[in-house]
Amino acid sequence: MSTPVQQYVPEERQVLTPPAKRRRFSRSARVRFTNRMFTYYFWFSILALCLVLGLVIFFIGKTALLTFRDISFADFFLSFNWTPEEEHYGAAAFIINTLSLTALTLALAVPVSVGLAVLIAEIAPGWLKNAMRPILDLLVGVPSIVYGYLGLTVLIPFLRRLSGENLGDGLLAAALVLALMVLPTICRISDDAISAVPKKYREAAYAMGSTRLQVMMRVVIPAAGRGIIAAVIMGMTRAIGETMAVVMVIGNTAQLAKSLFTPASVLTSNIVMQISNVEFDSTWNYALHMMAFLLLIISFVLILFIRYLGRKGREQA
Amino acid sequence: MREWTRTRKMQRSLVYDRLATYGFYGLGTLVLLLIFWLLLTILGKGLPGLSLEFLMKLPEDMDPGGGIGPVLFNSFYILILSLLISVPIGVGAGIYMAEYAPPNKFTEVLRICVESLSSVPSIVFGMLGLAIFAEYFQIGLTIFGGAVSLAFLNLPMLARVTEEAVRAVQNDVKNASYALGMTKFQCIRTVVIPMAMQGIVTGICLVAGRAFGESAVILLTAGLSTSGEMWDFNLFSPGETLAVHLWYVQSEAIVEDARQIADKSAAVLVIVVLLMNLLFRIPLWISNRRLKK
Repeated sequence: MSTPVQQYVPEERQVLTPPAKRRRFSRSARVRFTNRMFTYYFWFSILALCLVLGLVIFFIGKTALLTFRDISFADFFLSFNWTPEEEHYGAAAFIINTLSLTALTLALAVPVSVGLAVLIAEIAPGWLKNAMRPILDLLVGVPSIVYGYLGLTVLIPFLRRLSGENLGDGLLAAALVLALMVLPTICRISDDAISAVPKKYREAAYAMGSTRLQVMMRVVIPAAGRGIIAAVIMGMTRAIGETMAVVMVIGNTAQLAKSLFTPASVLTSNIVMQISNVEFDSTWNYALHMMAFLLLIISFVLILFIRYLGRKGREQA
Repeated sequence: MREWTRTRKMQRSLVYDRLATYGFYGLGTLVLLLIFWLLLTILGKGLPGLSLEFLMKLPEDMDPGGGIGPVLFNSFYILILSLLISVPIGVGAGIYMAEYAPPNKFTEVLRICVESLSSVPSIVFGMLGLAIFAEYFQIGLTIFGGAVSLAFLNLPMLARVTEEAVRAVQNDVKNASYALGMTKFQCIRTVVIPMAMQGIVTGICLVAGRAFGESAVILLTAGLSTSGEMWDFNLFSPGETLAVHLWYVQSEAIVEDARQIADKSAAVLVIVVLLMNLLFRIPLWISNRRLKK
């Protein structure tokens, strides 16, 4: 009865491990440790992403700014003379071609894709909606080089026959190919924007006796306006940055596109045609990097504009 | 008392409404027809004559009858390498943005970074790869350089699809798991990721399909040639992919049957991309159905 505790628990045997040692291997400590580690890991991933953006700006920008060591600002932006063999690096023609190609693409693509978005979001019955959306996704999946190849082998002979010109390449061919490529982008985002318009707006308009066309034109599309503009700008960034599809159909001649069928060249197509043939440390290469830097700046500005639109939309709501 | 009649204006509105409806349906039909015609043209020109031999054979420089073996292999090799690099980082970044990021100015900056990165044209990533690998490290045009540059291109898109999928997980499930005393990471591993899995995998498939057909990046970083062997796992040999091969064949090749090779390559590209978007989702459909029961 009066057995001392020491006989049950011999002193030399450590049944209870010291707290510090126990904690290191216990489950809860391990869980807390992995929790901490993975927090760092997720944090590291997002930083890695920003680092990539930093790398892009640094490597392209650094080389790009070297351009202005050899030629003046005005020479690069205002001269139409691009003959690198004779040290003339005027990029104005490419810049204007890029802008007019994008404008032409949007003029072709926006009415069709917004109309299609209206059809999908407002008019079509459920089964057609569910069929159209995956089919449009299919169109996104087709590689750009295949679009370019089709443009080259199908569209250009067709345009040649239609117009009677002996060369079909040029702005029109490129714009048609690009329009098909940006169509699903614009369509899906405006579809989302139109579907997000509150139902009460529509019901109020129908209650006033509007027809469906009137509801769409005067209520739904103005209400979804910001979303549709964002969609158009997303399409624009895609059209400006697209390379391989354009390079196959635009003709690749460094001149200003004065008509729809003039073989021309835009910023992206000129870069991809020339960059692998030039010395790294040459003004020619610097000028090409400057053109890429210009593309970067344009797309950043467009993205910031979309954010600005979105913020304004939230403030109003 | 005058009886209620339709005024001419109302009549006109009704006619316009009817016409517009027909117009929209007409537009939809036209676009659908265009899409089907497109796919039929690509597949119809390329599929006949497609054989296993063509898919496995080495390309020829001068004679007709060359295949696309090594370039097809390189396509998958570069794709898998680039996904190995980009999926862990992209998914991690997406989870951070959806679960960890506090609502403050700094998060806004991170978000702007992700969005800007996703708007960078693919050719610029190609030039970045060229500057880093060919110029800075002096290793030339390699499979490794191509895979890393392609991974850069994939990152922002992966982050975005993951963020969307993770955000779609309802809060009550997460709260329930916290009530059981889980840490944040346990909750993410056992609750959030399984529930967001379908969205994440669908996103990865979309990204993979896009990366498989990407040509501008590969053209500048992995080059226009192959090492000439079929199963070349060497990271530092030049790695022309199928999309680049299509470009090469139609612009520079001198073989007689360049046109046929290009047609067949285009068909193979489209089929693989479509399969990636459809086939990889089937296991998910099955598991989803099981979950619902």
